[in-house]
Amino acid sequence: MITRRVQYELIARAAGPLLMTINRWQGDLKRAVRRVTGRGPARKAAPFGPPLESTRKLKDLMTMHYLTGRYADGAVPVAWVTSGFPVEILRPSGFFTVYPENHGAVCAVRRMVPELSEAVEKQGYSRDLCAYARCDLGSVVTGKTPAGRLPRPDLLACCTNICQTVLYWYRALAEHFKVPLVLVDTPFVYGEAKPHHLQYVRDQLHELRTVAERVSGNHVAPEELEEILKVSLAGTRLWDACLKTGRTKPSPWTGFDSFIHLAPIVSMRGTEECNAYYRILLDELQDRARRGVPGIANERVRLLWDNLPIWFNLRELATLLAEHGFNFVCTTYTNAWAEAGGLIDPADPEGSATRAYIHVILNRDLPNKLRTMKRMCTEYDVQGAILHSDRSCKPYSIGQIDLKDRLAQELGIKALILEACHADQRAYASEQGEMRIRAFMESFDQATPS
Amino acid sequence: MSDAAKAVALGVDAGSTTWKAVAIDATGAIVASLVEPAEPRIGAQTERAVAVLRTQAGADAAVPLGATGYGRKRVAAARSLTEITCHARGAFARMRRPGVLIDVGGQDTKVIRIGAAGDVADFSMNDKCAAGTGRFLEVILGRLHVPLGEVAAFAARAERSVLVSSTCTVFAESEVVSLVAEGQPVEGIVKGLHAALASRVAALAGTMPQDGGVFMSGGVALNPAMVEALAGALGRRVEIVPDPQLVGALGAALAVRP
Ligand code: SF4
Repeated sequence: MITRRVQYELIARAAGPLLMTINRWQGDLKRAVRRVTGRGPARKAAPFGPPLESTRKLKDLMTMHYLTGRYADGAVPVAWVTSGFPVEILRPSGFFTVYPENHGAVCAVRRMVPELSEAVEKQGYSRDLCAYARCDLGSVVTGKTPAGRLPRPDLLACCTNICQTVLYWYRALAEHFKVPLVLVDTPFVYGEAKPHHLQYVRDQLHELRTVAERVSGNHVAPEELEEILKVSLAGTRLWDACLKTGRTKPSPWTGFDSFIHLAPIVSMRGTEECNAYYRILLDELQDRARRGVPGIANERVRLLWDNLPIWFNLRELATLLAEHGFNFVCTTYTNAWAEAGGLIDPADPEGSATRAYIHVILNRDLPNKLRTMKRMCTEYDVQGAILHSDRSCKPYSIGQIDLKDRLAQELGIKALILEACHADQRAYASEQGEMRIRAFMESFDQATPS
Repeated sequence: MSDAAKAVALGVDAGSTTWKAVAIDATGAIVASLVEPAEPRIGAQTERAVAVLRTQAGADAAVPLGATGYGRKRVAAARSLTEITCHARGAFARMRRPGVLIDVGGQDTKVIRIGAAGDVADFSMNDKCAAGTGRFLEVILGRLHVPLGEVAAFAARAERSVLVSSTCTVFAESEVVSLVAEGQPVEGIVKGLHAALASRVAALAGTMPQDGGVFMSGGVALNPAMVEALAGALGRRVEIVPDPQLVGALGAALAVRP
């Protein structure tokens, strides 16, 4: 335990940052040599604006996070957590948190999901299950991960506010790791949450504090919890401010950038590192917005994206759209982490966390989703929308045909439903997908009557 | 060829089963056309066939060429547009009013809502599967040894339609084999197949408001049994766009018409 702790601290505080710096120097050196000699991969004129400087810092931050994670188990308590879990309650007990969904996104970007998924499909897991679940279970079974190694959990923390899949997925993890599973069950909200719903969730959060203390062995003073909530709220506000820079015309970044830069608020929410990063990003975005530096070179049509991104095809899609002057200036997915978290009130930890986590978009009815989309369409002044019908994520995809019709009727927004999967490229016909997107883009250039 | 019929633009629709091309005059009327089975080497086929069409239409190399269809990327053209845009343009040029266009092609089925200006107001397509396409009929009729030219006559002779519940091409094939083995009349099975395909297409079209006309294009529109089955499934009159196979190519030509 002591050696693990020393190793962990060493990586987190000294060796890790040193490696990052060396990496960065090497990158700078390569770029400088390329500039001087004019050698290196020839780049065709990009349809994008100048790249965000912050991206390098983001890469460092996330690499460090996963690097420290390799040494976390045995050194500090480790929890595996769903993306919508009230993590603020766990943080004061000193948990290192792993987000299998974020890890799944990394696997998807590297196109590793089919391989990992097949490992558990052989055991009988259906391909109709969410690809994040299949990918994570596959990674656990095979030990394969782009992160090198994921720390073994001491606690599994699951909240059903995003879907019911997570419940069965985390049960399977609990069975595998033989560790406790703590569940926060959130009743689905039609309209507003009823008092008995709130009480039900609140009671679970109260119990969660006890479980967190027991598993970690760390007693938490009330001020410590308050402090974490303050940090979390500040982080949510920073992220919200970053997203809102997309209202500027042209937008200083793209929705695709926002998918990438979402990682810290998902998996490091409630930490100072997360907030420090978003301060840097926000400064840069606001500066770009002021100076008119665009996310794509020629922003002609502004779009909204609904649902998770298609991680394995992110770059291709972004390029195809940008080449024709189409830019995603807002997405309901990235907005989800800016919205409900704003309800956190450090003075009322359990009550406000209850309200925040029960009111996430996936735990609310369709009229709420329509209201959110309409508001975003207006505030970001978009002309069109792409609704990704995600084969994996049924709760996010249900009702999209109605949403599409309502956006067209009520706001004159043209919308395309694009069938794909956020993580498993076997469920995406890229040729057909590209054709639909091209046809969608062409439909903005009104045909002249013949 | 008279001056009025002088070709001013060419359009190619390189589909997955058939290769189509038209030459149009300044009014948008078709002055020459070609329809051939698609060859695997689309680029070479286009080069050869376009030369034939240019000669037929008296169109020299300066007459621009527009391209659409799944093989459009392999066609050296002045402009390349998706089938959705071109079908909408082509159909609007012939029907001259907004409506919902249903194009049942060899490997895909498109439903396009054409707006008042001939624009694409909305569209949907079958996804990743040949169910609901011309290929579905082709495969199964082949299995029943019914020649394509006689399909309509077969369906018309049926006393009743035999229910074919599978719309998956592969499953329907084995289902049809069992129906024949059970002694069901081939005519009834043919009619049932059309009903199965029509219900699949109608489901795709059902997501769109059908306040204008309902038009049909694509090679399958040449099969009266299918048009009838579709009208039955939609409960609406279905109008066939003139020269239904050439609608996409016409749209591509209109897009480059000077
Ligand atoms: S089903 Fe949707 S909400 Fe649930 S884990 Fe998968 S992607 Fe997330």
